[in-house]
Amino acid sequence: MTDTPATLLRLSGVTKDYGSRVITHVLRGIDLEVTAGEFLALTGPSGSGKTTLLNIIGLLDRPTAGRLEFRGADVAQLDETETTAARGRGIGFVFQFHHLLPAFSARENVMLPLLADRGRRDREMQERADELLDEVGLADRASFRATDLSGGQQQRVALARSLVMRPPLVLADEPTGNLDSESGNQVFQMLRDFNERHRTAFIIVTHDDRLAARCDRVVHLVDGQVESDTRQGAT
Amino acid sequence: MPFELLIALRYLREGRAQTWLILVGVGVGVAVIIFLSGLIGGLQKSLVARTLGSQAHVVVRPREELPRLLPTHGGAIVESLMERPAQRVRSIVQWQHRLADIERIDGVTTAAPSISGAAMAVRGDGANAVTVRGIEPGSYGRIVNLDSLIVRGRLDLDGFKAVIGTELAHELGLDVGNRFRLRVGTEQEGGTSGVYTVSGIFDIGNKDLNARWVFVSLRVAQSMFGLEGGASTIEVKGERIYDAELIAQQINGSTGLVADSWMKSNAQLLTGLRSQNSSSVMIQVFVILAVALGIASVLAVSVVQKSREIGILRATGTRRAQILRIFLIQGSIVGLLGSAVGIVLGVGLNVFFSRIIQNPDGSATFPVMFDSVLYLRSAALAIGVGLVAAIIPARRAARMDPARIIRSG
Repeated sequence: MTDTPATLLRLSGVTKDYGSRVITHVLRGIDLEVTAGEFLALTGPSGSGKTTLLNIIGLLDRPTAGRLEFRGADVAQLDETETTAARGRGIGFVFQFHHLLPAFSARENVMLPLLADRGRRDREMQERADELLDEVGLADRASFRATDLSGGQQQRVALARSLVMRPPLVLADEPTGNLDSESGNQVFQMLRDFNERHRTAFIIVTHDDRLAARCDRVVHLVDGQVESDTRQGAT
Repeated sequence: MPFELLIALRYLREGRAQTWLILVGVGVGVAVIIFLSGLIGGLQKSLVARTLGSQAHVVVRPREELPRLLPTHGGAIVESLMERPAQRVRSIVQWQHRLADIERIDGVTTAAPSISGAAMAVRGDGANAVTVRGIEPGSYGRIVNLDSLIVRGRLDLDGFKAVIGTELAHELGLDVGNRFRLRVGTEQEGGTSGVYTVSGIFDIGNKDLNARWVFVSLRVAQSMFGLEGGASTIEVKGERIYDAELIAQQINGSTGLVADSWMKSNAQLLTGLRSQNSSSVMIQVFVILAVALGIASVLAVSVVQKSREIGILRATGTRRAQILRIFLIQGSIVGLLGSAVGIVLGVGLNVFFSRIIQNPDGSATFPVMFDSVLYLRSAALAIGVGLVAAIIPARRAARMDPARIIRSG
């Protein structure tokens, strides 16, 4: 293995095309390396391929060509079950529209990835969920149904859920895009705190330049290509 | 609780109106099956019971007498006209041995000797053609529960006592304790006659038999028909009523005697029961089909409604097989709960029909069968149908592309 232990993710010449008759080239040869504990913003105009790239990194989608290595393993070699397991245990997701299960409580939503992985509920997973809800400031809302929480609270539950498996990488697609500026700031600060406290790497897709400026590294995509990759001091 | 069951239950609870609708749909389907089966089964059981309440499963009698050729004398040709002889009341040769042979046949529970012959019942100016049935109350009672059919007096055949039907009692103006004469053959031809006291009056639910049958003791019938120590028929009861024909064939094969099963004697009834069964099965098949389509369509809608959540589950590490199981479990639960609703509804309808709608004498107009095996079978069927109906929606859910769902928000 040629990777240094710190390398979490490596993309080499990743492309993604959609359509069969009329082919749309969404990603055109992306090379990217992400190390453990990085706090990276993925920016770019609409249609530049940010979400597609995030889905490929999140093992939700497969590249048309190119190579994707996650924790040193070539993802193309994994079958469906292994991919799901790698995603479940290695990658957390925070979506723009919160994407919680409405029929479940905040605690149950946080526990979901653990439940799917272990097959049945146990005390330890409940404690873990409560711990995370405490960290996002929602200990008193643990038994509230997802639909009874505000937008900002739902996003904090989603953040807790993304961390419940203690993944080395969390992908956040516009995590503050649907929130007012105060809630957005709060959620962003939580991402940052988790990053610093647990050395969890974050890749955050955002349109917000001010938020991007608060990340360690900004990768700017234009027309499916990396236009710039800037490292900056954390704020 | 397993992860898949937890999600399936929560989805069913969440989609309240939809869940109730499908439960009621399955419930009505199962109720129709249970109600129909209970009604038809009860009707058939009552018909068969009524038929077998007055007759044995198999009746064994001697072979028919055949005409014999006249012997030829010294080669002379004797022209003869062959005529079938009139059948007399004859005893089965060595009936005690034959009875023991019959009782050894597999599936036979008991057998009893009897004598059956024609006579005239006379009282004053009234005379009725009757069938005298000589029986031993003990052994015959194990085949036909005559005691339970007595409506006045009691079953007492000691000496010259007789038990007659309600219709004959009415026609001859007889009641318990009255006397009447039984005449066999004519006096010119050496017939016999005797005076008998009515000890009991029976009603076996058949007007013709109530007018025709006169029960006396076997010993009395033996002397009445000149069959001292004999028995003209052996009546047989088997373990299972529908094995009667098989038993009859075995008796015929092993003893050479003529054996008629109730199924053969009541062929028309049996054909009726069979066609009733076929139509009931057809109705059940269509009901099951409708239930299956109902479950499948509701689950298909649910899969579409839940597609975003399926995407989240997949993104957070839920495997395809787990998604598949979530929807299969939903189908089975709908089947299970629906069948519970259906059993309650079906049994309720059956109770309603049997208790509320009654004949003037208090008996049920629609005799209904309550059968726990039927309920278990219906529940198993509904669960199976639910499971099968869920296969297509479940596979569709499992095949969903999480990236596409999440992309579309």
